[in-house]
Amino acid sequence: MNKIVANVEEACEGIQDGMTLMIGGFGLCGIPENSISELVKLNVTGLTCISNNAGVDDFGLGLLLQKKQIKKMISSYVGENDEFERQMLSGELEVDLIPQGSLAERCRAGGAGIPAFFTPAGYGTEVAEGKEVREFDGKPHILESALTADFAIVKAWKGDTAGNLVFKGTARNFNPMMAMAGKITIAEVEELLEPGELNPNEIHTPGIFVQRIFQGKGYEKRIEQRTVRQK
Amino acid sequence: MALNKNEIAQRIAQELQSGWYVNLGIGIPTLVANYIPKGIEVEFQSENGILGMGPFPFEGEEDADLINAGKQTITALPGAVYFDSATSFAMIRGQHVQLTVLGAMEVSETGDIANWKIPGKMVKGMGGAMDLVASADNIIVAMMHTNRAGESKLLKSCSLPLTGVGCVKKIVTNLAVLEVVKGGFKLLERAPGVSVEEIKAATEGTLIIEGDIPEMKL
Repeated sequence: MNKIVANVEEACEGIQDGMTLMIGGFGLCGIPENSISELVKLNVTGLTCISNNAGVDDFGLGLLLQKKQIKKMISSYVGENDEFERQMLSGELEVDLIPQGSLAERCRAGGAGIPAFFTPAGYGTEVAEGKEVREFDGKPHILESALTADFAIVKAWKGDTAGNLVFKGTARNFNPMMAMAGKITIAEVEELLEPGELNPNEIHTPGIFVQRIFQGKGYEKRIEQRTVRQK
Repeated sequence: MALNKNEIAQRIAQELQSGWYVNLGIGIPTLVANYIPKGIEVEFQSENGILGMGPFPFEGEEDADLINAGKQTITALPGAVYFDSATSFAMIRGQHVQLTVLGAMEVSETGDIANWKIPGKMVKGMGGAMDLVASADNIIVAMMHTNRAGESKLLKSCSLPLTGVGCVKKIVTNLAVLEVVKGGFKLLERAPGVSVEEIKAATEGTLIIEGDIPEMKL
């Protein structure tokens, strides 16, 4: 099945004000740079963004925050973004902070048809407020619900026209689960291949989870914390 | 002399055992990797999706697609593996990781930990810390004994929003090694040249002192 679209404009067709979007990546690693730029251009507003982080002030989701396109963020860690912290503390931005493992599992559950699950993470903290608590083997757990999105936008290293994806290094992170949980999943890839060019044994995300795929371009791949050792 | 951050990391590294998978948090915990004792083989897990994490790369060899949970560029050792975030936290929640080392703003004498939020002031998020502390069997906290204002970080009960309840087992500070036991913080070791009295004065929670307290060996 051919999932290919011509470009980022076509890939993002149908994204509207007020929608819920999942955006892959951890920090700036493995984020869909082309699609984020397109969202800025489209100037869609009132978005709910589900993403582990919120980018930095001038890159990643920080670009959408600057233009106040995001109404609500669902994330686990937002420490690298001053504008984010300012909007959150002033009440302009609604924020739902959730444990990273619960965020990953809630996306996976959303894509896997599991409406909710129990986890020990967050028990006894403000994360547990209003959530059902149940003991298993004498240990308390809280009920967390699945997450889905109108669009999930992911970034892969290689992909084929059937939507099969392969990620590189730690740029995999949230991308596979978010790909599963989008009503429409957009995948941008560094290298777009023909079916058969990827080894079926080594595909990370099966194409069934991807509706639109395109060859991205001009990746900046900014490094947040360049850390080196001496020779 | 109270320990510096590197010495705290060095003392924690003495706790490592061969065959362990270890998750190191941001800050002092990251330094533990620099002091693995001779003959001990461990593998480091970073929750953004790598097992078999190696040292920082040499200049010019940084790879934007290869970072740790602190977003620092890293390398992968032979035998390393990458995985997605759900699999990563399956390793953590499923107790396949033997040791977690993380920093804290406050620890209570019942093992509660607070390290993610100062209401109205600092709101960065918990990242993976809540999943880590809720599941790990063996948690060591690495931190300074007191905050910048000189106030104790070892308390009867935490004043900041909690990250986890009753989960901390051991604490290594610039002054002491302590174990969380029924009834309070049991003093195990003193930093070289630091007296029991100094530790007592810097600890707000109940301090349990039994017999002579040995000095740490670094």
